[in-house]
This record gives sequence, structure tokens and C-alpha cells, in this order.
Amino acid sequence: MPPIPGSGLAKGLAVTLRTMTKRTVTAQYPDVQPELPPRTRGVIGLFEENCTVCMLCARECPDWCIYIDSHKETVPAAAPGGRERSRNVLDRFAIDFALCMYCGICIEVCPFDALFWSPEFEYAETDIHELTHERDKLREWMWTVPEPPALDPGAEEPKEIAAARKTADKLQAQEAKEAAEAQEAEQPRPGETPGQTPGQAPGQAPGQTPGQAPGQAPEAEGQE
Amino acid sequence: MNDVLDVALRLVIVFAVFMVVPLLVGQAEHKVMAHMQGRLGPMYAGGFHGWAQLVADGVKFAQKEDVVPADADRRIFQLAPAVALLPYLLVIVAIPIGPSEGAVGQVVDAGIFFVLAVMGVGVLGSLMAGWASANKFSLLGGLRTAAQLLAYELPMLLAAASVAMAAGTVSLPGILNAFEWWWLPWQIVGALVFFVAGLAELQRPPFDMPVADSEIIFGAYTEYTGLRFALFLLAEYAGIVVLCGLTTVLFLGGWHGPLGADGLGWVWTLLKTGILAFVVIWLRVTYPRLREDQLQKLAWTTLIPLALAQIALTGIVKVAIN
Repeated sequence: MPPIPGSGLAKGLAVTLRTMTKRTVTAQYPDVQPELPPRTRGVIGLFEENCTVCMLCARECPDWCIYIDSHKETVPAAAPGGRERSRNVLDRFAIDFALCMYCGICIEVCPFDALFWSPEFEYAETDIHELTHERDKLREWMWTVPEPPALDPGAEEPKEIAAARKTADKLQAQEAKEAAEAQEAEQPRPGETPGQTPGQAPGQAPGQTPGQAPGQAPEAEGQE
Repeated sequence: MNDVLDVALRLVIVFAVFMVVPLLVGQAEHKVMAHMQGRLGPMYAGGFHGWAQLVADGVKFAQKEDVVPADADRRIFQLAPAVALLPYLLVIVAIPIGPSEGAVGQVVDAGIFFVLAVMGVGVLGSLMAGWASANKFSLLGGLRTAAQLLAYELPMLLAAASVAMAAGTVSLPGILNAFEWWWLPWQIVGALVFFVAGLAELQRPPFDMPVADSEIIFGAYTEYTGLRFALFLLAEYAGIVVLCGLTTVLFLGGWHGPLGADGLGWVWTLLKTGILAFVVIWLRVTYPRLREDQLQKLAWTTLIPLALAQIALTGIVKVAIN
């Protein structure tokens, strides 16, 4: 069917009228701050207490914008007769945000969780040299790092929490068992109930003996 | 003494309307166009949603240097904005907004004749500006304006003539007094022709080939700066007001409405004018510019035959009624 003459014109009018009734897309930025997702790549914060000066971030950085200086200090032996240990102390940690391309590799690669993304983005400078944020400034950004967003409903439990829960469950079972045994030892065992013994320690590993030290079980589990 | 006071008061009111209503239309254009494009438009000037944007623009224009090009025809160049603007002031004097004697600046017996003749003068301002600027873009714009004026004045006059035939008078209040609601379907073709031709005469998009800013740099206004340029812009918006007011009076029944016949007629006039002004803006946002040959083709092969057909229809119905 050929289109009705003028229907294109009417369609054009409808498009503009419909757009007028919709919400505008204008972001009124300086007046209204944008709502940024928690993982926004605004600026990189340094949690320097966690940093061990392993230099992984500086080495992985594609545009070499991380500067790290450090020196070694000797820590006296912890126990008498022991050996002295040496330890890295951070002297300078700087990120040149004029060079940074916000790839986030440094944050991914950090094995000690010392680097974090912060959504803050308003750090423009009039001098390019001031875009090199030194250690104290990077530490200040840490206060702006938001807590990680909540997991999606039905998501897999984080590995750390799963491991911790397993350990806690085991410890609890162990304690319950020991308590039950102690109770049993107190009683002169005339009224021994048949159902009590199997139900005493749920979740206990079959080969585990009651005399085993409590600390050993989680370690064995952790190796799985 | 009383007559002098009366005339002065009327002139002051007409002048105030002439200064304020075009600004309202301009502000509405800013906001409507922005929202039709998913934007917000001016938001700062004046605080609340940029209501004072055009006031700020006016202040800016007033501060600019008034440059006259060295090779320009000085007197003509300086006179052109006034020639473009003043006719619309004169037209507003004659447009009735209500049924009473006090609701019109001055009753002109040959209303349609006066209004259309004076509106034609307004285009002369663009012609003068185009010729006097001594600039090739201005000249192109001026010539295009002239061609457009020739092409679109005719359908506009024919459409207006149809209404005059129907009413049996050329006086604007006379036409409105004779108006019946069924004139609306009867004269609808004439109304469309009149409105479209009027848009073209105002050089509003999509008929803005003479001022096409992306190709001939605003045509006749290329060399203008500051207040004179602002006057041209004001003339454009005053033109919108006049065109919408005239279409309302001639074709949409002016102060006649379903209710509020006594004393509230002017509300109807203003409402209809406002809706038409919105349509003008709406068309501007929606359609791309017509090419020069398309412009001419639309006028000569579509609008003029339609207007003639409308006149024939008007004549037949008129004879049949009598």
C-alpha cells in the first residue's frame, strides 16, 4: 500500500512532540552532581598501610605513570637467637594522572589490596605537574572510596566468606562435641540414650579423632 | 484632551504588547525547541528556568559595537532594521483581540488591505539590508527574500480575499462579527495556505532559505551586529505574533469560542494565537529547510492553485446561501 501523502510530515511532527513530553537527557553537572556507579574509574586511591613496595603496579603500568621509592629497614629478631629480618619501607608513591590512562591494571595486579578506584573526578589542575598526586594525596583519596556494591541476589558467595564459614562451622562442631563428651564424662552413664551418640557431632569428618587439636582441622580443609 | 489621553493610552498598550509578546514567543521557542530536542534550553538567566534569557540577550546586543561596513550604503544600511520592524507594530494596532471598541488599537475600515500591505513593507527591510550591505552573501539573501516575497505574497492575499468574500467586508472586526463556526471547515484550505505563506514570508524555517545561516551566513543580516541585528530578530518574532494573530482573526474566529462570550473574548484570541505560535515553533523544529527551487515550486504549483480553489469554493457557497 502506498503511504498516504503527507504521512511522513505528520510522523515528523509526532516525533518532535513525543520528544518534548519525555524527560530531557541534559546533565546539569556543576549544579547537580552525577550519580556514578561505585566502580567508576575516577581516581586511584592508595591504602598505603597495605603496600609492601612489591613494585608490581609500577611494573605493570602500561604508561609508566607510577613512581615508587623505598628503602630497606632491618627489624630485630623477634625471638632471642633468631635472625634479623629486613622489610621494605615506602618513601614515595606517586601517580601521574596526566599520563594515567585509567586502565586499572595496577589495581587488578596489586596482591595486597593497596590500590582502589574512587569515583571522584574533579581534580583538574591549571598546571600539568600538579596532576602528579603524591602519597599523601593518594591516601586522601582513600576516604572517597565507596564500599563495594552489594552482591546480586542469588550470587555465588564470595570465596573468603565461604572459607571462613566452613572453618567456623567446623570449630563449632568440635566445641559442641567436646562439650558433649565432657558432659558424658561427668555423668555415671546409667541412662545412656541410644540416639545421642550419632547426633552429637554433625558435620564432623569421619576420620577425625576427638583428641585432634582444634587448629588442625581448618588447615586441612584449606588445602582442598 | 480626553481623546489625546485615549490615543496615548492605546499606543502605550500596543507598544507594550509589541515589546513583550515577541519576547514571550522567543522564550517559548528557546524552551520548546530545547525540549523537542531532548535538551533543557536556557537555565541560568533570571534564576528560574532561564526566564530572563532574552533580556540578557538584549543587554548583550546593546553592549556590542554597531559596525557599518566601509563599502555599505550607510543610510540605507542603518535604516533597514527599522523598516523591517515598524510595519509589524503598525499591524498590531489594527488587530482586534476582543469584541469591544476598547480591544483594538484602532479600527481600520480596510483592515485586511491595510494589514497585508503593511506586512509586505516589512520584507522590504530585508531587501534594503541585503542590497546595502555590499556583501555577496547579503545580496544573495536579499534576492532570495525578494523571490520568496513575490512567490508567497500572492497565495496569502488570495487566501485573505477568500475570507473577505465570505464575510462581505474587509474590516477585521467586521469579519469577526460575521463569523460563524462552520466557517472553520469552509475556509480550512485558505487557512492552511495563509499560514504557510505567512511562514514563508517571515522566512521562518522550513522556509528560511533567504537567511540560511549554514550556507549564506544569515543572508541579508550577515553584516549586522549589536542592536540592529537584535531589531531584525525582534522583527522576526513580532512577525510570528502578527501572523498568528491574523490567522486567528481571519480563519479561527478570533474572540469567538465555545464559552465565555461576554468579556472573555480576548482570552480566546490570545489562546488561539499562542497555540499557533507553538505550531510555528513546532514546524521549525521538525522540518529541514526547503531548497530554493522547492520553495518556488511549493508556492506556484501548490499554494496558489489551492488558494484559487478556495476562492471558487467560497464564491459558490456564498451564492448558494444567498
